[in-house]
Amino acid sequence: MPKDGEERRFLGRRVRGTVNAALAVALTALSVAILFAIVGHIFVNGVGSLNADFFTKIPKPYGEVGGGIAQAIAGTIVMLLVAGLIAIPIGMGTAIYIIEFGRGRFAEVVRFAIELLAELPSIVVGVFIWALLVRNLTGYSGIAGACALAVIMIPIIARSVEEILKLVPDSLREAALALGTPRWKVVLYIVIPTVLPGILTGVMLSLARAAGETAPLLLTALGNTFFNLDLRRPMAAMPLQIFNYAVSPYDDWHRKAWASTLVLIAIVAILSGAVKFFTRRWKHESH
Amino acid sequence: MADRSSLSRRATKAVVDPSDRVFTALVGAASTVVVALIVGFILLLVLDSTESIGRFGSGFLTGSKWNPVETALNHIFFGALPFIFGTVVTSLIALVLATPLALGSAIFVSEYAPSWLGKPVAFIIELLVAIPSVAYGVWGLFVLVPIMRTGIEPFLQTTLGKVPVLGALVAGPAFGQDLLTGGVVLAIMILPTILSLSREIIDQVPRLQKEGMLALGATRWEVLSKAVLPYARGGIVGAAMLGLARAIGETMAVTMVIGNSSTKISPSILTPGYTIASAIANQFTEADSPIYFSAIVELGLVLLLVASVFNIGSRVLVRRIARREGGADA
Repeated sequence: MPKDGEERRFLGRRVRGTVNAALAVALTALSVAILFAIVGHIFVNGVGSLNADFFTKIPKPYGEVGGGIAQAIAGTIVMLLVAGLIAIPIGMGTAIYIIEFGRGRFAEVVRFAIELLAELPSIVVGVFIWALLVRNLTGYSGIAGACALAVIMIPIIARSVEEILKLVPDSLREAALALGTPRWKVVLYIVIPTVLPGILTGVMLSLARAAGETAPLLLTALGNTFFNLDLRRPMAAMPLQIFNYAVSPYDDWHRKAWASTLVLIAIVAILSGAVKFFTRRWKHESH
Repeated sequence: MADRSSLSRRATKAVVDPSDRVFTALVGAASTVVVALIVGFILLLVLDSTESIGRFGSGFLTGSKWNPVETALNHIFFGALPFIFGTVVTSLIALVLATPLALGSAIFVSEYAPSWLGKPVAFIIELLVAIPSVAYGVWGLFVLVPIMRTGIEPFLQTTLGKVPVLGALVAGPAFGQDLLTGGVVLAIMILPTILSLSREIIDQVPRLQKEGMLALGATRWEVLSKAVLPYARGGIVGAAMLGLARAIGETMAVTMVIGNSSTKISPSILTPGYTIASAIANQFTEADSPIYFSAIVELGLVLLLVASVFNIGSRVLVRRIARREGGADA
């Protein structure tokens, strides 16, 4: 019966389709489960060790129970601020140059340089600052750490600001220019205010990324178990403190590693959440 | 009147307010800093590696002795082959594990799931990108390593251990901190990278092709396997290459689970080892002599070159898809 064979073949095709769809569902479920497992473990293992001491005390000497990560939180904040001071003007300036002034070959070169910077493995950024500053000039220090973070932040800021500036309609620029406004006023008083929330988004994203970077800080800021705000000396940072707590042999320090990881992820989430907040408000306003 | 004359001057001589020159110079300077940064970056890495390159030549890449201290029996020698081997093995393990997961999820999200489900699922998986590397390290060290040591690795040894060739891959004691665990952590870390890029590429497949096949009575899977995946193949390979580039450069999470103890090259993926990145992270504080320093910088240079090759390859493949898409529209 030819018809019967055809039907069977059709059934086979349907079965194959269903099996493969089920496979796709299973793979997706596994991917989602991995995320939940990681975040869940970090939350469950970290939340128990959070207390006032954890945020206000510095680490105890080797093997002693107690202490916290106050010096690491301070170090991270200080280095992020300094890195931001370096990276925001350079990143924004580059994006403004490319979009508002850049013509011809140099703009292409700049854009390519940004892409290359964005793709650098972060440990290589660490090696660069280590070879350039730490070995010759600054030694292991907060300022070297901030420079390494700045190198990581610059391309993120430049790219996102570039994308956002592209969204400003040319008619807006032309209207202002037609009134005789100098270009810098057009950029600073008209273009940038129009997309300010988008620019803040880019800056927040770069901060979120830099806050979690470990490898470049390891080679530059080195870490510190004492409270230090002097940029010329080795400085603690949360990711470095997590690393040191985690690879230690003490159970109490392992619990601290979990708790610090939870705090770090919360900081990254808050910075990225601020991104969502800004973009939503911005979209809302532009409608 | 002065106002009017200056207005007309501007109208005839294009723009160029003097204050504009200052502003242009400022943003131009920022751009120059960026270009100088990347040029200086490469120059410095090459310059500081010259001593090591000059002394060991290709032996740096092919030698497997990493001997920083001069003794009567062992001369100073830096051969990075074990680190390169570790990087290759862990990255390949990561790629083999992550690609099916990412591709399966991308297919589900783009082709099977309704958008109220697909979009949040993709968003959730892509959240993995935001988790800092050291957090993966903590999770890997305290959760994954024990699972590998007591569960997965003994299981692999009992099932594969007696198979002729595969047996060698899982020989030796199960430490939990080894190349396999490093690869598994890397797989999780590059999963969102591969997922989001292949999702973008699958979404770029022209709808007409899919609808045409559906209209002819093809099943969804047939549309996928005959219209979508062949079209997207190059881009998906590109997505996997980008994941590979990420895996090669990843440091902290791997450093925390790979063992960092042996510089022997063994066929077993249950051997503790180093990657190039973890070797840098573990050894930079010990670089007291100029040649040791130079060797570490050369490790960084090698890492940069290998990662760049895959980054560029990925970009070429992904762009080709985008361009073809543009052509199909026109």
